[in-house]
Amino acid sequence: MTETVLGWWGVPLAILGGAIRASTPYLFVSLGECLTEKSGRTNLGQEGNLVLGAMTAYAVSYLSGSPWLGVLAAGATGMLLGLLHAWVCQFKKVNDIAVGIALMLFGIGVAFFFGKPYIQPTAPHLPAIGFGNWSDIPQVRAALEINVLFLFGLLLAPLLSWVLSSTRWGLMLRTVGDSSDAADALGFSVNGVRMVATMIGGFLAGVGGAFLSLYYPGSWNEGLSSGQGLIAVALVVFARWDPMRCLYAALLFGGAGALGPALQSVGFSSGYYLFNAAPYVLTLILMIATCSPQRTLTGVPGELSITK
Amino acid sequence: MTAEALTSPFQSATALEVINLCKSFGALRVLDNISFQLHRGSFHALLGGNGAGKSTLVKCIMGYYHADQGSVLIDNRKREINNTRDAHQHGLGMVYQHFTLVPEMTVLENLVLSRSPIPKIINWQKEKQHLETLMAETPFKIPLHKKASALAAGEKQKVEILKQLFLQPEILILDEPTSVLTPQEADEVLDMLKKWTRSKNLSVLIITHKFREVMNFADDVSILRRGKLAYSGPLAEKTPAMLAELMVGNEEIASTGARELVLKGDIRLDIHQLVASNDSGAVAVDGISLQLHGGEILGIAGVSGNGQRELVQVLSGQRSPDSGDIRVCGEPYTASREEMARHKLYCLPEEPLRNACVPRMNLVENLALRIFDQPRYTRWKWFLNRQALKAHALKLIARYHVRPPELERWIETLSGGNVQRLVLAREISGEVDLLITANPCFGLDFAATAEIRRQLMEARNRGVAVLLVSEDLDELLELSDRIAVIFGGQLRYEAPIAQANMDEMGLKMAGH
Ligand SMILES: Nc1ncnc2c1ncn2[C@@H]1O[C@H](COP(=O)(O)OP(=O)(O)OP(=O)(O)O)[C@@H](O)[C@H]1O
Ligand SMILES: [Mg+2]
Repeated sequence: MTETVLGWWGVPLAILGGAIRASTPYLFVSLGECLTEKSGRTNLGQEGNLVLGAMTAYAVSYLSGSPWLGVLAAGATGMLLGLLHAWVCQFKKVNDIAVGIALMLFGIGVAFFFGKPYIQPTAPHLPAIGFGNWSDIPQVRAALEINVLFLFGLLLAPLLSWVLSSTRWGLMLRTVGDSSDAADALGFSVNGVRMVATMIGGFLAGVGGAFLSLYYPGSWNEGLSSGQGLIAVALVVFARWDPMRCLYAALLFGGAGALGPALQSVGFSSGYYLFNAAPYVLTLILMIATCSPQRTLTGVPGELSITK
Repeated sequence: MTAEALTSPFQSATALEVINLCKSFGALRVLDNISFQLHRGSFHALLGGNGAGKSTLVKCIMGYYHADQGSVLIDNRKREINNTRDAHQHGLGMVYQHFTLVPEMTVLENLVLSRSPIPKIINWQKEKQHLETLMAETPFKIPLHKKASALAAGEKQKVEILKQLFLQPEILILDEPTSVLTPQEADEVLDMLKKWTRSKNLSVLIITHKFREVMNFADDVSILRRGKLAYSGPLAEKTPAMLAELMVGNEEIASTGARELVLKGDIRLDIHQLVASNDSGAVAVDGISLQLHGGEILGIAGVSGNGQRELVQVLSGQRSPDSGDIRVCGEPYTASREEMARHKLYCLPEEPLRNACVPRMNLVENLALRIFDQPRYTRWKWFLNRQALKAHALKLIARYHVRPPELERWIETLSGGNVQRLVLAREISGEVDLLITANPCFGLDFAATAEIRRQLMEARNRGVAVLLVSEDLDELLELSDRIAVIFGGQLRYEAPIAQANMDEMGLKMAGH
């Protein structure tokens, strides 16, 4: 019935709503990973941080009754896993990718182990602000119902951008990530800076997990993340290690992911699975379109084990 | 020179003293009981052949390496220096031999980075103005917004020096700061440093391979020979010949081979309207045309950063040209491995560790890069013949005096000069028809420099066509048959060496 009111206009609206809703975990994980990679380490454990964060947030929110406490607890577990990653990686001849994979499996395993009792009960959710309440059309209301965490993420991206470009700490971080030789010559503690960066990265991934279980989809189960943490890590490469571009990439990815369901809702159901692949196809196309063999990739941290 | 006329009132006090310093890498004893003093307000040169241990010595002083034994005194007080931060705190600053700029950052960011302490929140506008006024006090002009990775070697070196100067250290150590500078630039830099030793009470310890600089600027000199101190004291009355003897003992020094009369051969390299871009996509080589004959050395002079790097990269296959035509021996050339082997084209690029080596492969493997697929060095077509490769490596290492002659060592642990010799050995020891070389003597001691120049001249006499891109005018004047000037990616001047006009070349190099 509402379809008659909006018709095909429902599609872009649904995509907008999807972009805002589904992008939040991508946004947090990719901002965290962006920071970590800028310091010269790749942390594939972010997927583990995300899942463990989702579980912890749900459990704490259920037990304490406060979703915000859940968010903080999720961040704290991410920070712990980040610390573990950084601590192991500081030893010579340890490969950060391998450690990341191990920690990803570890985080997921721990989450499943402790998460069993929380699959059934319902925990208090994170609040959202209804920016669309002026409208009578339910789709508009739904699309503009925006979670507070998303707003935080929206502010966080430019903040990180500014920190990286204009503060002492950001400069140190980029130095360590780009040339540990230069960092040594300047007397910076390479491992110290990387440890802090990986911990903050873990914190943000944990918060991203909290969004999954406490807002959208809004429950805890074992298939909750289905690799979103890994995709977010890939988004960082796509965003060329720039926080603002991480934001755009996350929005784009979230929006493209909403394309399939949105089309289905207006009765266009053939090729549903094809449209579900839209985010990946879109990313690939953009990747190919924006890179050139003639130029060196700008923004790549020189110390990353994949680019070294 | 006005600076020299002033005498230092502080000459007697010691700013830095090293006592019985020893350092080994594995079984190799690199420093053996080194003791010397650096007087306050003096300009002290540290000399020694490639691999003598100069860089290791100053890195031990800076806390970059930990000495096995011995102590460092600053202002007559013993100091524990465990890392470079400690060193900075005690007023030590150092310009390293390898560059320590952060490649992804701009010059401005790199300079702010070395401020101590770095402001918590950086006001870029203010920093920029501040640095511009500071830079006006020095003879350098570097665009602050450029990325460090896009700078040419000479510009990088200047930024490194600026970085330290802005920190206003009491003791400044410089590891071969002038290798990549033109003589005029080097004089500007050294003149400024010398003035600062007099007016600002700076003490300078400088490593160099150039006697001219030592004779013109140094007050004191210390000489290392294979890890042992051969001399330390005032320069007074030492002649370059005496210094040379202290450096090498009684080894023989090659003299530059004589230019023999050879018939100008056929055209080996023919470049027509070549255009190529640099890493950021801007045009760096802007329509260069040149012809190079067998039995001839064509020298290309120019201040670094005028397209030399990109030109050499195109010829060595590291960069594809935007447009233009390159022919080798009349055939189109696309810098494939097969073409290089067929035309016997070899390259000796600048910064060879980065451009022509695999840093973490050993000497045998690095020496094998050009030949491992030739029948002589393979077994059953698909397998390497390690014995043959090893024998080949041993022969070359002995012939080109690469030190230490340990085959299993990663090439990245060799001293700069020895890397250069190893690459040279690989590239010109076999049959060569066309040789592309850029700054081949950058960082080499005088013995090795003489050796390499002799090799280049001999190659020319054998009929090899040599393209010599260099920032060292003396080298170009000594070796070239023809000389051209590159500026802004274009050739601006060309003349046979006998008719080359120095003044005009200088003007063209500066872009007039
Ligand atoms: N990290 C390292 N590991 C092992 N050996 C090393 C290392 N650094 C230097 N060496 C060895 O120590 C010796 C001295 O090297 P050093 O770099 O101090 O020489 P140098 O006098 O500065 O020479 P150059 O004029 O070529 O720069 C060389 O034989 C070198 O191979
Ligand atoms: Mg050295």
